[in-house]
Amino acid sequence: MIRLEQISKVFNQGRPNEFRAIHGLSLGIAADRVTLFTGPSGSGKTTLLSLVGCLARPTSGRIYLKGRMISALPERFLTDIRRSTFGFVFQRFNLIKGLSLIENVMLPAYPLGLPFPELRERAAGLLHGLGLGSKLENRVEWLSGGEAQRAAICRALINDPAILIADEPTANLDSALTREFLAIVEGLRGQGKGVIITSHDPLIAESAVMEAVIRMRDGRRVERMAMED
Amino acid sequence: MLQAIERQRYFIDYSLSSLARRRGKNLGLLTVYSLIVFLLASVMLFTQSLRQEAAAILKEAPEILVQRIAAGRQDLIPAAYLERMGSLRGVSEKRGRLWGYHFDPAIKANYTLMTADQHQLPPDGILIGAGIARARGLGAGDFLSLRGNDGKPAAFRVEGILPAETELISSDLILMAEPSLRAFFGIPDGLYTDLILKVSNPREVRKVAEKLTLLLPDTRPILREEILRTYDAIFNWREGVVFVLLMGALLAFVIFAWDKASGLSAEERQEIGILKAIGWETGDVIRMKFWEGGLISLSAFLLGYLLAYLHVFFADGFLFEPVLKGWATLYPAFRPRPVVDGLQLATLFFFSVFPYTLATLVPVWRAAITDPDSVMR
Ligand SMILES: Nc1ncnc2c1ncn2[C@@H]1O[C@H](COP(=O)(O)OP(=O)(O)O)[C@@H](O)[C@H]1O
Ligand SMILES: [Mg+2]
Repeated sequence: MIRLEQISKVFNQGRPNEFRAIHGLSLGIAADRVTLFTGPSGSGKTTLLSLVGCLARPTSGRIYLKGRMISALPERFLTDIRRSTFGFVFQRFNLIKGLSLIENVMLPAYPLGLPFPELRERAAGLLHGLGLGSKLENRVEWLSGGEAQRAAICRALINDPAILIADEPTANLDSALTREFLAIVEGLRGQGKGVIITSHDPLIAESAVMEAVIRMRDGRRVERMAMED
Repeated sequence: MLQAIERQRYFIDYSLSSLARRRGKNLGLLTVYSLIVFLLASVMLFTQSLRQEAAAILKEAPEILVQRIAAGRQDLIPAAYLERMGSLRGVSEKRGRLWGYHFDPAIKANYTLMTADQHQLPPDGILIGAGIARARGLGAGDFLSLRGNDGKPAAFRVEGILPAETELISSDLILMAEPSLRAFFGIPDGLYTDLILKVSNPREVRKVAEKLTLLLPDTRPILREEILRTYDAIFNWREGVVFVLLMGALLAFVIFAWDKASGLSAEERQEIGILKAIGWETGDVIRMKFWEGGLISLSAFLLGYLLAYLHVFFADGFLFEPVLKGWATLYPAFRPRPVVDGLQLATLFFFSVFPYTLATLVPVWRAAITDPDSVMR
């Protein structure tokens, strides 16, 4: 269970371009469910996701993970928690160019110092599982959008995190690939993992795979979107 | 423990692939860096071995040299002075030396003519230094003609060339039998150029010199340690000149390295952000970049030093010879014995590898401590 209490995020605080992206938000996220943050562009979904995933700290308010307050932890502990709890799939995938597919997938585990054959085998297993088994040694530049996303998912899963976090995962995918992505999410859910997604794609929002939907507007949570009324 | 090693292996691995990905930039850096180390190390090795050579040669030299001074200039010294000294405590050997310079207009150079004490030579026989042999194209059996004291040319037969290990001093040397030298220079029997005294106990040298000035007031004793100091000063001065010249190059390098190392490209900044976002700690990123900078500077250091070693000891230090040994027509072909001074090596290492690695780490550290949420954008 992740709990947010009175979370605010202010960018460029104290400067003329100060911007409050999240306004005193409180909510709970079940760690083993599939949760969707939805809302128009600029509503604060990505910001909220980076706060939940410990990529950034809130300007004020508290975040609890399994009852433990993590928003004030020093960076080293936060990294530890992030590594073991969250796997990230970024909107632009952010695979590292020049490296092979399997190297990209192994990367998050380097600081753990696992035996190399073990790590490689695990990475290869994940890639095989998502149909990339024949491209292990390919440079990531050559991957298609759908393949790059699946590679990013494998990378997010390499440290066996409890929760997968994905920002606008289907923004660049057609309907068929979007459905494929939803199938992967369902599979992860089946393995007992939680998934947190941001999206304003109706295909995602209407999917039965989503168990909880959090609607955002102007940095605040709203019960209903205006258009749905 | 094993895990810690494995961790570092991963970081080194990643550093290597990261270096390979930015091949152009890193190769350029390596080249310039190696070049600077090469220049610095060459100067160090070269002067070091020169100094050592000079010291080795002077060790054979007598502890005290006595010159007669007449009206403030050096004059020939009578053999009788050896008796006038009597037996001085601590002096194990004393004798007169006969030698002088001779200008050869053919090659516009000075030869040093000396008596051959260790060699039996016929009246017209000479041994010559390798520099003269080269300059005049002489070999054993050839004849060398020199204009003597009486104004007439005298022909000498080259009996042999002096061995090369002492070339630094023997390059311009001509050895001949004592009577021939006296005749050539027109120095009567009973007069020498100077006297030499061997003193085995270094602590007695000064005392002997003091007694000499009392016994022989018109002479000047020259101590070997003073010559050693002069040599050292000259070598230090020359090293200094070269170092000043190198400072310019060094400064350029520092600016270049700072620019290359400290200016993280947007791509590198992005990469650091990604690594942090996927679970690397700030320390992990810095460790990885430390290996990156370390690998570059270490290989540049080793490469530059190796090249310098080859340059100085196997290519006769051809780039620096003019400055460091001085211009001379009878240029000694100097083959220094390979020596590596540990302290010098450490100094060079400290001043090349250390600042560079640090310069690479500062910007990395700055990039790595920021929150990684920028990669979400
Ligand atoms: N680093 C930042 N500095 C300033 N403003 C930011 C920064 N990040 C996000 N914002 C602003 O915060 C608001 C919310 O952004 P974001 O969370 O990306 O929204 P969404 O993902 O819902 O489109 C936007 O108006 C955006 O311009
Ligand atoms: Mg967004």
